[in-house]
Amino acid sequence: MSTRSAELLMTVGLLLLSLGLMWTVLADDLHIGWVEGRGPGAGVWPFWLSAGMALASLWTLVRWFRGATPESRNKSPYIDSQSFGLVLISFVALTVMLLLVHVVGTYIATALFLGFYMRFIGKHSWRTTASTCIGMVILIYFLFEWQLTKYLPKGTKMFEDGFLWIDNFRWQYLM
Amino acid sequence: MKYLKTLMASALAVVVSAPVALAEWQPRKPVEFIIMAGTGGGADQIARLLQGLIEQKGLSSRPFIPINKPGGSGAEALRYMQDKAGDDHTVMMTLNSFYTTPIIQEDLGVDVTQFTPIGLMAMDTFLLWVHTDREDITDLDSYVAAVKGAGLDWKVGGTGSGQEDSVLTAMMEAAFDYEVTYIPFPGGGTVAKNLIGKQIDSTVNNPSEQLAFYEAGDSKPLVQFTGERMAAFPDVPTARELGVDIEYYMQRSVNGPPGMSAEAVEFYTNLFQTLFDSAEWQDFCVSDGLTCDGMLNGADLASFHASQVEAHKKLIAQVGAGAITGE
Amino acid sequence: MLDIATLLGAGLLQAFEPLNLMMIFIGCLAGLFIGAMPGLGSVNGVAILLPVTFLVPPTAAIIFLAALYYGAMYGGAVSSITLGIPGASTAVATVFDGRPMAQQGKADQALTAAAVASFIGGTISVVLFTLFAPPLAVFALKFGPQEEFALMVLAFATFIGLGGDDIPKTIFSILLGLVMAAVGFDIISGQPRLIFFDFVELQRGIGFLVLAIGIYGIGEMLWTLENSKGEVKIHAVRSTWKSFKKNLSHIREYLPTTALGSALGFFVGTLPAAGATPASLMSYGLAKTFAKDPDSFGKGNVSGVAAPEAANNAASTGSMLPMITLGIPGSPTTAILLGGMIIWGLRPGPLLFTDRPDFVWGLIGSMYVANFVTVALNLALIPLFVRVLAMPFTILTPIIFILCFVGVFATTDRMFDVWLMLLLGLGGYLMRKLNYPVAPAVLAIVLGPLAERSLRQSLISSRGDVMTFFERPISLTCMLLALALMIYPIWLGMRRRRAGSASGTE
Repeated sequence: MSTRSAELLMTVGLLLLSLGLMWTVLADDLHIGWVEGRGPGAGVWPFWLSAGMALASLWTLVRWFRGATPESRNKSPYIDSQSFGLVLISFVALTVMLLLVHVVGTYIATALFLGFYMRFIGKHSWRTTASTCIGMVILIYFLFEWQLTKYLPKGTKMFEDGFLWIDNFRWQYLM
Repeated sequence: MKYLKTLMASALAVVVSAPVALAEWQPRKPVEFIIMAGTGGGADQIARLLQGLIEQKGLSSRPFIPINKPGGSGAEALRYMQDKAGDDHTVMMTLNSFYTTPIIQEDLGVDVTQFTPIGLMAMDTFLLWVHTDREDITDLDSYVAAVKGAGLDWKVGGTGSGQEDSVLTAMMEAAFDYEVTYIPFPGGGTVAKNLIGKQIDSTVNNPSEQLAFYEAGDSKPLVQFTGERMAAFPDVPTARELGVDIEYYMQRSVNGPPGMSAEAVEFYTNLFQTLFDSAEWQDFCVSDGLTCDGMLNGADLASFHASQVEAHKKLIAQVGAGAITGE
Repeated sequence: MLDIATLLGAGLLQAFEPLNLMMIFIGCLAGLFIGAMPGLGSVNGVAILLPVTFLVPPTAAIIFLAALYYGAMYGGAVSSITLGIPGASTAVATVFDGRPMAQQGKADQALTAAAVASFIGGTISVVLFTLFAPPLAVFALKFGPQEEFALMVLAFATFIGLGGDDIPKTIFSILLGLVMAAVGFDIISGQPRLIFFDFVELQRGIGFLVLAIGIYGIGEMLWTLENSKGEVKIHAVRSTWKSFKKNLSHIREYLPTTALGSALGFFVGTLPAAGATPASLMSYGLAKTFAKDPDSFGKGNVSGVAAPEAANNAASTGSMLPMITLGIPGSPTTAILLGGMIIWGLRPGPLLFTDRPDFVWGLIGSMYVANFVTVALNLALIPLFVRVLAMPFTILTPIIFILCFVGVFATTDRMFDVWLMLLLGLGGYLMRKLNYPVAPAVLAIVLGPLAERSLRQSLISSRGDVMTFFERPISLTCMLLALALMIYPIWLGMRRRRAGSASGTE
């Protein structure tokens, strides 16, 4: 996709988003007018500002047809083909990590993500990869779970029980 | 900051009282202490005080972690608790939006009478306040006269449409047959400041929010909406004494999600009973103008909730949900 | 005057008591590290460590928490500069120039500037605090919704010129931020607004941090990955004693903006409801508007780091003022401090100064000391912080992603916001590639709720009369200042154009 078509697509998308926002306000039955003696109603702010967003998108659309924005004259690919793979793989890996958090919990998910990234994208040695992963997990545990008493997501019951079994040592021996 | 705590403790040689006899069931992981309001408000202060006392007294094998879920007048917190049904490691600090929010937001799908009642820690009270400079207002009658004279120019500050003080304001409008302009502010502290700064004319605040200004002589209470006069305000008449049938409290209770196991309920009930009986809590009640006569728990608290839900339903039907939501 | 000197002396002596001094030191250090974590700021630090303080006397406890507050304010800049992610809302403006400086290999200079500016800001405001606390409290009381709204207009006026060169896209970005701010529960009408797909989670609204971390943590990181084609080159910095001295010598460049930012920050901080974030943004906007070279801002101008840092530290001191004198928190952090004071049995309010001078002046004394301790700690730790930048990108990138996730979760306690962050980050990345400026949206989401609420409160109280903003002296002054600020860049541009055409160069 060229930058030129990307801008058209994005502008149309944002125009639809703005209209969708306006529609949501109306669908929620919020007051979009001036309430006598009370000033603007609850819907005024989101409705009219969304209308402004729609106008700004229209303006950009006009500029696109006239070729006024540099992007509308730019025929080169929207995302650089050389680095497209890297951006995509980073984003997908991140998404997979967050999905995994729901299943296996924070610690295993982050370790897998970090390990994958370092080993297969960074081509670091297994030794560096493993030590960084372990270090990171310990750091998160120590800082967030221990010092700041935050209960990070632990995933499903099975993984949570596994974590609690390990966590128990802290309460029994270290406190 | 465990080592920090040790450091602090040893630096002061604080003698921590011996842990109370522990019940059989103990939390296996940190307990989520949900607060159905934002940081810094009354419910938040209480929850954080209780959390501190739990740690200080070593009442729980795992810490309580206060988590604020203020979204939608507590709607977010209520729904979260509902989704946590059967969980033994979550308890919630509530206020009156515990009753009002499910009534106003019908599609929330939450029935608070299904929740597990643990303990009623305190009842907070409401008083009607005006600035001390309003010398023409000395009692309820002169207040009503002043409001009627000003009409819609009379500005009442509050903490938001649908909040407790807006309910009370609507009740007063109905009782005295006048209409005022209600201006919502974020938090009771801000309301108090705006009264002292004369941005608003009157407010129904909790005592804790006005106490500092009252002591400094900047504001004065006219009426208290309690059954009997509070010890902190012996000279202020109750609405009932003046023949006005308004009595309203803010409950501050701890509840668990629906379907909590009996052992866990016993543990939490004992824990909060210990806290309730502690000198620290009773001192806090006195200094903050809270009523803490005895802790309701179990079936007593459940029937208390049930009657409150009914009372609020009636109240909202009477003043109209519109009067509360402001549209 | 003499009174103040005596009381302050006693306060300083109190701050130097071994227990209190230790509290200051531990507080500053803990705050520095908490603030340096993306997402975690002073609010979390103070909230989490509040129960710890039940173990020590109130004076030591508040000193500890206040030191933590300062430390976190300094620490926020560290993550803004080294990782490019604002550590807290107060440090957003620091990213604008701190990040480019780090990319140019000047991270140590940026960190030094941030530390020095924070110190100056903190010190100036604590002096102002000492001298003018009671009269300023009276002034803060005069601040109603009308004044608050006028202040927001003023804040928006300082951002003119902060956007990109594409006008419709800049407008879109601002409006998008303002609309996102409206998501959630409307406190005025008590109605839920813009709750998409009936997510009950959205009733809390879209948190500023979720957007900022999404855009700066995820979006910018993807952008960097693409532009560098995987060869991310962030110049590693070697910090030596010599470079340290050289960095300090740059002070003169940013001293004027720092001084201005400090005074502004203190003033805005003292106003209830405003707090440090608007202060730092306004300070950045002003520094840019009145700079000789406004175009260099956003590309690594050291004044762009110093101005917001001076202001946010000054504001953090300033926001203690309404808390102590009126019992009104000026920022979310002071709201928790306030809760702490009540729990310790102290009732903040007009009487605290007279009833408990030992407490108030002990706190003020500790503010002076805490400023010295934090600046020293911070400068000493700079070599450690810049080391982060020496990591290869294939390690740094995943670690930043992980910290974004953990940071957002730790702040809001729900995975919903983590997913929202990812979504907003992706959107921000795709838009940024098409020359949509992202900073205006981030600014708008901070100021949006304040602006809307105060506007509607004012109009309800004036019963719909718009003239209310121009009838009150303070509000009128702010409005006029805002107008002047909006006209100034246009006037400047016209003058330049005229000068350009006169000399016939173009």
